[in-house]
Amino acid sequence: MINGILAIKLGMSRIFGEDGTVIPVTVLKAGPCIVTQKKTTDVDGYNAIQVGFLEKKVSRTNKPLLGHFKKSGDKAFYHVKEFPIDDTETLEVGQKVTVEMFKPGELVHVTGVSKGRGFAGVIKRWGFRRHPETHGSTSHRRPGSIGGSSFPSRVIKGKRMPGHMGSERVTVKNLKVIDVRAEQNLLLLKGAVPGSRKSLIIVKRA
Amino acid sequence: MDPVEFMEKEQMRVDLPDFKSGDTVRVYTKVKEGDKERIQVFEGVVIRKRKGKTGATFTVRKVSYGVGVERIFPLHSPAIEKIKIVSKGRVRRSRLYYLRKLAGKAARIKEKRAPKGTKGGL
Repeated sequence: MINGILAIKLGMSRIFGEDGTVIPVTVLKAGPCIVTQKKTTDVDGYNAIQVGFLEKKVSRTNKPLLGHFKKSGDKAFYHVKEFPIDDTETLEVGQKVTVEMFKPGELVHVTGVSKGRGFAGVIKRWGFRRHPETHGSTSHRRPGSIGGSSFPSRVIKGKRMPGHMGSERVTVKNLKVIDVRAEQNLLLLKGAVPGSRKSLIIVKRA
Repeated sequence: MDPVEFMEKEQMRVDLPDFKSGDTVRVYTKVKEGDKERIQVFEGVVIRKRKGKTGATFTVRKVSYGVGVERIFPLHSPAIEKIKIVSKGRVRRSRLYYLRKLAGKAARIKEKRAPKGTKGGL
């Protein structure tokens, strides 16, 4: 079987346990994904399953993509992604992959693109401590010294400095599946998931 | 409806009575000890109600052996067996933090008068 699914982050909520414990959950709309192509070692050099997620109007799809989607049915998709697989025989082109592949209690790895923070200073980006606000201090949020002047007389590589933060691919490992609601295609994971609402998330078996 | 909202509405409890800040309530909570379950009662004045769907909470304050004790309950928690309103209080604000500074006679809250034409009581 395929070991992952594509999802959209809907937001966070909470679930009450039977004894009143509160579990923070992220709600994902996972699948249904349609298998659009099978890649095999003979033809492509590796084994993988390509799936499409989130249906798109045919009129909004360009012709090269539409030609590709026609091989698996009459639907077009916003997102297309490959999952490596050992045995491509288990799935057929056009077959649906749904959230039911996950069971409550299972652990999953989740990949997404984190929220963009723009050009961030060292305090937000690297957790540096700040300088005094008052008592004559003029360097409130500055990084301070970034190296010696006579030795090494240069800034060492990898020195933590201000710059662009966020909007990068982040994977969070071993999140617990709290609930699977197949009729609504909902997947409830314990804890936070990278990215903003409505962003694309890849959920894989741990 | 937004699925997250729907999910939260599903979990909300509608069986609890309507109470406000200033009311004296008795909260019956289920406590698990090992594999036995018993009911614990906490009685006091509601000094705050926080809004929210499943995240709504309320704070109950009581004075136990001369020490003020406050407990925050999630309003929609399944651990709450039931809530009983002991008396309705007449207060002029929704957050009764001023009670923390008061003790004894000063910390009393006047009971709400029954509307005209009704017999009163709960």
